[in-house]
Amino acid sequence: MTTISGKKREKIDRLAELAGRDDERGVSLWQEAFRRLRRNPAAIVGAVILGLFLLVAIVGPFLVPHPADAQLWKGEIRDNIGYFPGPRAENWFGVDHIGRDEFSRMIIGARQTLLVGIVSTLIGLAVGSLLGGVAGAAAGLGGKWGRALDNVIMRFVDMLLAMPSLLLAISIAALLGSGLTTVMIAVGVVSVPVFARLLRGSMISQANSDYVLAATSLGVKKPKIALTHVVPNSLAPVIVQATLTLATAIIEAAALSFLGLGNNDASIPEWGVMLADAQRYLDAAPRLAVLPALAIIVTALGFTLLGEAMREALDPKLRK
Amino acid sequence: MTEEAGTESDILVEVRDLKVHFPIKRGILLDRVVGHVKAVDGVDLSIPRGKTYGLVGESGCGKSTLGRALLQLTPPTGGEVRFDGVELTTLPAGKLRTMRRRMQMIFQDPMSSLDPRQNIESILVEGLQTHGIGTDRDDRRRIIGETLDAVGLPRWALSRYPHEFSGGQRQRIGIARALVLGPELIVADEPVSALDVSIQAQVVNLLEELQDNLGLTYLFIAHDLAVVKHISDVVGVMYLGALVEEAPSDRLYSEPLHPYTRALMSAVPVPDPDVEDRRERILLAGDLPSPANPPAGCRFHTRCPWAQPTRCADERPALRDIGGSRVACHFAERIASGELRPHKVSVQIVRPEGEGGAPAVVSAPTEPGSYV
Repeated sequence: MTTISGKKREKIDRLAELAGRDDERGVSLWQEAFRRLRRNPAAIVGAVILGLFLLVAIVGPFLVPHPADAQLWKGEIRDNIGYFPGPRAENWFGVDHIGRDEFSRMIIGARQTLLVGIVSTLIGLAVGSLLGGVAGAAAGLGGKWGRALDNVIMRFVDMLLAMPSLLLAISIAALLGSGLTTVMIAVGVVSVPVFARLLRGSMISQANSDYVLAATSLGVKKPKIALTHVVPNSLAPVIVQATLTLATAIIEAAALSFLGLGNNDASIPEWGVMLADAQRYLDAAPRLAVLPALAIIVTALGFTLLGEAMREALDPKLRK
Repeated sequence: MTEEAGTESDILVEVRDLKVHFPIKRGILLDRVVGHVKAVDGVDLSIPRGKTYGLVGESGCGKSTLGRALLQLTPPTGGEVRFDGVELTTLPAGKLRTMRRRMQMIFQDPMSSLDPRQNIESILVEGLQTHGIGTDRDDRRRIIGETLDAVGLPRWALSRYPHEFSGGQRQRIGIARALVLGPELIVADEPVSALDVSIQAQVVNLLEELQDNLGLTYLFIAHDLAVVKHISDVVGVMYLGALVEEAPSDRLYSEPLHPYTRALMSAVPVPDPDVEDRRERILLAGDLPSPANPPAGCRFHTRCPWAQPTRCADERPALRDIGGSRVACHFAERIASGELRPHKVSVQIVRPEGEGGAPAVVSAPTEPGSYV
């Protein structure tokens, strides 16, 4: 959005030269939206949270004080009286139920959470946008046959939508076996109908707008109208939804892991699995559950804040 | 506006019995057509080259649909549209696209008709690229620059986006977009309705100036009678999907023949307060009937203060030549001579078929011809 390619800059410069007014440059809607975003405190808070989360997820695993799966403090645990070493200089967040360093596991878990969130959202975004984009272009510009194609695609999407998301995810997990890939596919598939319907609806409303009619009257071909006018103007709600979906994807991935459908490789910790493991020790060491839960909540909150702020920035009319 | 006579060979656009019916669909999985909205229902008109044809009528009478059907932006259900001798309704899509260079459109809302994510250069270059006008980028830029000059926009507008302009400037961008292709016909669909009154005059004058310089032909659609009178050579009055009267601009305003035209003209305020107080006003009873279920016979008979028993309700009047005007009224001459007097009209609620009970009559607080 902010970087201008060399070719484009050259073009703008030449235009400015023609005009003889170097300071007068147009502000596109994206630039305007970015300006509004920068002025929104919620966006700043969300961005800071996400910045920290990204930093931890990317750099953290290289700097962790202890390996995630080494049961270094197993000897200190007194399971019968419910004693687990608490926070101390060596283990900032204490020790978990089989003697591993909780802090290191949380940091490595951040990377897993980020991976699951991004990959599953990308799966949903890619498949959903493809279905919705084709359906929307067909319904908006394709005439009678287009509407038929749209009907076929959207009834398929409706079938996906009709299934309860968690149930769908469990079925996929049952089909593919549990594991990280399963969680990502399951969570991604669940968000497919959302993206498909959103992009389709947005495209149909844009396809009925006057500027599409104007492009038609210029003689522009329909596929070109769809790609150069309809799609760019329909993307804003999809981008917002993708940010918000990142939040729900993280929560849903944690839920699936909690149910035991997620990652079963003990050497790679994941916040949802940590939460599931901790539930038996809730009275003895509540921090083992509270800390991963808090991490999930704060991360999801960061994405939600940023997503809502982006929604406001991209469409000021929606502001409450 | 040139003063040459409009001979047959000079007709740029000829519309014959044009019909646009939109299906009304019901059903969940399989659409069932339960009726048609007859937005345009049998319109004949011809526009001489270099002239302006004004089209007036109230909201929902089908004048915008007529304009779009003429340009084949809305596919007509029936009838013919001949543009410079070429029949457009049966033209293959590829040839029609090529023809579009010669006929362009100006829209009512300048904001919604400009893609908000395109800058002005991109908006103007799109048509040039589509039709392969201009040899290279510099040549195109030269054409765009000349067009900007013609519509009175500064060069620095090129890198700006539509939301950075005022309403009047946006409309100039819309005009530039149409003009850059060098069209012969421009369909202007309420081009000034969305603008401030002070800006309206500028845009109307710009359109006239462009016509003088470039020999453009306009179909000027509007509901503002004063603007239409100012710019048009010939004015057509539409009611419920059909023309009710067509006459040279001066004649239509000085001597309206159709009862609907008379009602329209009587609604135009007169700047002289004495005349304004004394003049006759015809207030039409009720609303425009639904175009999905138009009245039988004359479309206007349900609201016409001069409607006569049975013939008006039974027979749809065709456009007839009466002293230089074309009028679709059985009794135009007798109304003009004063032989027929207006009477009171009661409002009829016309329900679409199968919806509710029998047509009910509600009170109609209008006494046509009374001084209000």
